[in-house]
Amino acid sequence: MINSRFFNRSELLGFLALAVLLLVILPLSLDIFRLNLVAKYLTYAFVGIGLVLCWGYGGILSLGQGVFFGLGGYCMAMYLKLEASSVANTKIQSTPGIPDFMDWNQLTSLPFFWKPFHSFPITLLAILLVPAFFALIIGAAMFKRRVGGVYFAIITQAIAAILTILIVGQQGYTGGINGITDLRTLHGWDIRTDHAKFILYFVEVVLLFGCIVAAQFIRLTKLGRILVAMREQEDRVRFSGYSVANFKIFAFCAAAVFAAIGGAMFTLEVGFMSPSFVGIVPSIEMVIYTAVGGRMSIFGAVWGALLVNFAKTSLSESFPQLWLFGLGALFIAVVLAFPNGLSGIWADHVQPRIDRLLASRKSKSAAGMIADGAPAE
Amino acid sequence: MFGDYSISDLGAILAMQGFAGLILFSVYVLMALGLAIIFGQMGVINMAHGEFMILGAYVTWMTSNAVQHTAPWLFPGYFFIAMILAFIASGALGMLVEWALIRHLYKRPLDTLLATWGLSLILQQAYRSIFGAREVGVELPEWMMGSWQATDSIQIPINGMFVMGLTILITIVVFYILFWSSWGKQVRAVVQNRVMAGAVGINTEKVDRYTFGLGCGIAGIAGSAFTMIGSTGPTAGQLYIVDTFLVVVFGGAASLFGTIASAFSISQTQSTLEFFLSGSMAKVITLLTIVAILMVRPQGLFALKVRK
Repeated sequence: MINSRFFNRSELLGFLALAVLLLVILPLSLDIFRLNLVAKYLTYAFVGIGLVLCWGYGGILSLGQGVFFGLGGYCMAMYLKLEASSVANTKIQSTPGIPDFMDWNQLTSLPFFWKPFHSFPITLLAILLVPAFFALIIGAAMFKRRVGGVYFAIITQAIAAILTILIVGQQGYTGGINGITDLRTLHGWDIRTDHAKFILYFVEVVLLFGCIVAAQFIRLTKLGRILVAMREQEDRVRFSGYSVANFKIFAFCAAAVFAAIGGAMFTLEVGFMSPSFVGIVPSIEMVIYTAVGGRMSIFGAVWGALLVNFAKTSLSESFPQLWLFGLGALFIAVVLAFPNGLSGIWADHVQPRIDRLLASRKSKSAAGMIADGAPAE
Repeated sequence: MFGDYSISDLGAILAMQGFAGLILFSVYVLMALGLAIIFGQMGVINMAHGEFMILGAYVTWMTSNAVQHTAPWLFPGYFFIAMILAFIASGALGMLVEWALIRHLYKRPLDTLLATWGLSLILQQAYRSIFGAREVGVELPEWMMGSWQATDSIQIPINGMFVMGLTILITIVVFYILFWSSWGKQVRAVVQNRVMAGAVGINTEKVDRYTFGLGCGIAGIAGSAFTMIGSTGPTAGQLYIVDTFLVVVFGGAASLFGTIASAFSISQTQSTLEFFLSGSMAKVITLLTIVAILMVRPQGLFALKVRK
């Protein structure tokens, strides 16, 4: 490895700044409603980290991250829903013990794919494995045949559309357009109280830092360098004897798993999951957060998710007419003027100034020391 | 499944279902032709294509209102005026967008996707602010309503036939422009090799601008034709965008003939499946089939043989 340190100085500072903000400043300064909103924004940061790996480093633009976000979220929601619809809770239904929307749709028994979600460990495994497996199939089918770039983006977008139509259409099995709602407890622990939301926020932040470290690890190993090489000159990497497809599949699967963790946390924080977080529009929005934050920067993706969502909420609260104009203009501006997003602006304009300031202060204090030392001579 | 129908009933159902498929086919071709020029020929991923169609639809709606209030005698033929106006409005907006946005991004095709998505958000909100969030529908002139009684049991709606005729006409015009006119030759030359085309004296910037404008103008006509079949809302464009892209990709992006063939196969599959299954499942199976075929044959149905 060329860079032997895991985080260089500025990355360490970025990590610490983010940690202080998320773990100290925000929990102390915001009420629980706002903190829960921040938690909701942060679920998109998971997706963003995955996109940095797969899009920024690997050059694979996926417009179907909502699929994986949704799969993770639905796995969690299915577990929570089964726990919420115990026989005691649902005794007024014609078939007690199954989720209410199944009862409304004249289902009399639990479908087979819901059964494993009675168990919490299997649910946790499913949150990680189902999206990874899905991504593996899509990735293997596409990358082995050297489908890439624009075509991959459009096909993943079509998959997002298919999954949404399927979820909406199969109301009895999935809860339809309303999604899976009325979730109550996680393993017997009520997730609707303010206290639970507070704890879930910290769980999420810790998970987020875990994902940041994992992504940083992938980025710094040889694997990360091959990803960059592939993005720049795919053929040369192939001629050097690397299997380009396998590396792409790995990056895509990793991004899918990150997105799924975000989705599962989303279900826990917000208390429901619906197809409106799966389809084309949310998938593209996730890409946009990453683009605004900076597609080449893991921290940038986190900041992008936080800031764009914060802007979206505050603008749509105060100027419901204007916020779509603002959002659209922001995307155009980012693409045209700042292709590397906020982190690019930081690295090009702010960081050099800070460095210069520090350097000049250092040389000044060094000069001062000499000056101080001079009279004593 | 067929037990309740007699042979002649079945024949009539098949004919009518086939015709419904043909109308869907015309709609797909109209939607996809503009995108086939912009995406297939120029390589620009225009996510705002749906919004250009909706602009055409709103122009048609405004024309119909204006004609009803000021010149009722013109009403039977207002559609032709509306279509020309829709073409001009969408085409002009397209050229403006090309000048302001797209021309900076020809080297970064994936970034056109993000920028045009931002554009589509802006346009949607603009429609909502100007025309209101409610869906609007136009009033058809009398000769377009009703249906043509082919036999006792087969009825064919006249507005559907009109859309089909229009599609055929526009397809012929587009083919003529691109493959027989000298301007079309310039377009194809720029698409194949921008630098060399510039070197032999083609004004590539101008060709790009007019090509993009033509694609958007056709989208405007498509939107205008839509108003005959359904109603228009500010976000209706997003419903069509995935279908449209799939039609173009499935046909083989660089081949206009492929676009038409894929529109035909997709529309026929969907309308036939809709007869047996619910609408959403028919759509899911159609889309899944396309994705599966694209995974096996990523270059689409008709691929041009070009050296990279």
